[in-house]
Amino acid sequence: MADEQTPTPAPEPPPEGASTPPVVEGSAAPAPPAKAESAETAPAERSATAKPAGDAADKPAKKAKPEKKKKKKGLPEKELVLVGSSSPHVVSDETIPRIMYAVCIALAPAILVGIYCFGLQAVKVLLLTAAACIATEAGLQRLMGRKITVIDGSALVTGLLLAMTLPPSAPWWICTIGGMLAIGVGKQLFGGLAHNPFNPALISRVILLISWPVELTTWMKPGQGFANLGVDVVTAATPLGLMKEELIQKGSIHVVSQFHLMDGLFGLNQLGSLGETSVIALLVGGIFLFYRGYITWHIPVGYVTAVGAVAALFWGIDPSRFAPPAYHLMTGGLFLGAIYMATDMVTCPVTNRGMLIFGIGCGILTYFIRTFGSYPEGVSFAIVIINGAVPLIERWVRPRTYGHNLSAAS
Amino acid sequence: MGLFSNLLTFRGGIHPPTCKERTNHGRIEVAPPPSRVIIPVAQHIGAPADVVVKKKEKVKRGQVIAAAKGFVSAPIHASISGTVKEVGPAYSATGQRVECVTIESDGEDAWLEGLLTDRPDYMELPPEELREIIHNAGIVGLGGATFPSHVKLAPPAEKPIHTVILNGVECEPYLTADHLLMLERGEEVVAGLRLIMRVVGAKEGVIGIEANKPDAIRHLKELTKGDPNIRVATLQVKYPQGGEKQLIYAVTKKEVPSGGLPMDLGIVMNNVGTAVAMFRACRYGEPLTERVTTVTGAGIVTPRNFLTRIGTPFGELTELCGGFNGAMGTVINGGPMMGIAVPSLDVPVIKGTSGILVLAKEELPPREYEPCIRCGMCVRGCPVQLVPSALSDYGETRMLDELEGYNIFDCIECGSCSYVCPSKRPIVQFIRYGKREILAERQKQRDRQAAREAMAKTAEVAA
Repeated sequence: MADEQTPTPAPEPPPEGASTPPVVEGSAAPAPPAKAESAETAPAERSATAKPAGDAADKPAKKAKPEKKKKKKGLPEKELVLVGSSSPHVVSDETIPRIMYAVCIALAPAILVGIYCFGLQAVKVLLLTAAACIATEAGLQRLMGRKITVIDGSALVTGLLLAMTLPPSAPWWICTIGGMLAIGVGKQLFGGLAHNPFNPALISRVILLISWPVELTTWMKPGQGFANLGVDVVTAATPLGLMKEELIQKGSIHVVSQFHLMDGLFGLNQLGSLGETSVIALLVGGIFLFYRGYITWHIPVGYVTAVGAVAALFWGIDPSRFAPPAYHLMTGGLFLGAIYMATDMVTCPVTNRGMLIFGIGCGILTYFIRTFGSYPEGVSFAIVIINGAVPLIERWVRPRTYGHNLSAAS
Repeated sequence: MGLFSNLLTFRGGIHPPTCKERTNHGRIEVAPPPSRVIIPVAQHIGAPADVVVKKKEKVKRGQVIAAAKGFVSAPIHASISGTVKEVGPAYSATGQRVECVTIESDGEDAWLEGLLTDRPDYMELPPEELREIIHNAGIVGLGGATFPSHVKLAPPAEKPIHTVILNGVECEPYLTADHLLMLERGEEVVAGLRLIMRVVGAKEGVIGIEANKPDAIRHLKELTKGDPNIRVATLQVKYPQGGEKQLIYAVTKKEVPSGGLPMDLGIVMNNVGTAVAMFRACRYGEPLTERVTTVTGAGIVTPRNFLTRIGTPFGELTELCGGFNGAMGTVINGGPMMGIAVPSLDVPVIKGTSGILVLAKEELPPREYEPCIRCGMCVRGCPVQLVPSALSDYGETRMLDELEGYNIFDCIECGSCSYVCPSKRPIVQFIRYGKREILAERQKQRDRQAAREAMAKTAEVAA
């Protein structure tokens, strides 16, 4: 009889560092808990102690079942099984899929504007890119023998974000290669979700832009309807493209005067990437994410303010060569980048001050690339470059822990 | 959310569901004295008490069964009258096996003769004497930390105390013991506060209560009306508002220096239940043999609040609540955020048992976790402004220097980070692991140094 054996030292509480604390089953019998035995000394049947898993674990489980009815009488039964747990014993219902699908919802307004403006072309780009991302993620995870996690929605988010940065007229192979690059090079190469130092969608866009500049800078005019899925769409240059061209050719800018603020705000009549044209739609989604607590104000506000401030400075120096702040704010992928790309959790700092510095850095760099670089648009490059500086920012910027540097606090 | 609230609060924190509606009404019920109590001799922070009774010895309620060993320690008293049945190791509600005294009731429940004395003039006694009474009554922090109270009440002369804060926040979800205590024994809470103020010589008294207990706030405001030295502070409902450092910041906007104590700021903080126990000890000569505890959770048929004897097995109290409804998974000593899962229902109520929480298996955190996606929710939730995401990563990879650089020892293990983590990372566990590893490493270094010195000495002698 197991009960008559000498009590053996009881199992220690689960090691605190253990990733998954072993199940601790305790005897609820009237006998003092000193009688509890370790799995080795108590052969299967009456064992009631720590046992991570295995054959023996089945038996108490079976026993527990018929007892459930008796429990209703209110008496603790003989071999009631208690589950071990380490504090905190409750957690919120926040999960990675919940965050990812919330981002998808937040992107919906801008995506709808894109589809409204660019019709079936936009639908094609969105579907192809997202499908390429999901397929690449699943395929690579399978190849590596890892758990396939496409259901968590992170590949979908990457796909949608990438599609939104592509020209609506992008050919099918750009979408496909782009999706593969984003997940393959941007994410899985580094170890998958949470391990990538750079924003996967933007890494992909940067590679595409450098490799196929023509396809990546051919912009179709909005309002060409749903019939036009062919290749003969009417194209033109984006506001930032026009500005750069004019600046190079004539040394001054006039396009700026033809720009209408409302076009930038609503984006219904503006050229640009699929999802970047409507500032209002992007803001609506951003407010949703802010409300849900998935982004804070630091990056978007820091980013946009920095672009506006630097633009104002240069505009003040020479308005004939530098565009006014409003022009910079309302054109290009600034709001898409500031609200959705720079705030990518994995690739931005975790502290508030760090995020503010990160946002401001992105803003300053964006302006300089736009104005003095060889590309008209600078958001993608700026964010990817500042992504690389995140570990440094994290090292330098740490919150002041409660009770530390009290002289600095007051 | 709390952005426009003018209620007092701290920085950071989280908003778990409070789950208090099951037990925050009705009365504190007096649990019948159990037929058997198991009383651990280590129920406080500090040295365990020395057992002074033998097997088969007859004891009375209130009799010392284990004497305090040293200054930071507290005596342990019998909570029922009867016969000592066993002295030996058993599981305590802390999940550890410690020396316990098991007493079988004689059914009389008689106090030790000459112990109870009504002292209406207790406030006239000199502070040293009151401190002595509190020490002898075995009183420790009843909020859960179980720090011996007389130590807190004996600040060194160079650290004068100006403010006593009573902690009636009870921010742990589910628990309502302090809430009902303030409602039913408000007079004793206030008397306890005045007593502590007298012992430490403080001018100001503050009772901190979370805004979700409006009846308690009203009651205590009523009771302290006309006393210019005592005020009731209403605090924002946020976890861990009742953490010592958090409450001090909320009330005074001052921070306890890292590694320091509230007395460095001239503050002493005590739980409301502790204040009541101190009052009863000084006024009636009653040692600490009972406490209020909440028995609750999804797994309990009828959740209730009990005034119960120290040493009562958990199983007896859950039985009084109608037992389990089949949903039982884990039984916790304390609340869901900082409580300890117990290994068996035989573990006894100890001085720090503010609640017995029975959670269903489905309510427990999942055992699997994902890598950190650096969402920053833990950083924003941390009530001491650490970077839990970094601590969790460095803890997982055992990078001890980095952990120290991130101020790991300032972590109060409140669990806010683990609670909000979308990747369900056991962040607090990684931090505890890290702390333990660092301490072990330091010990190793010290041992090595000692060995080196010893060797050098031997060499010297030999030379």
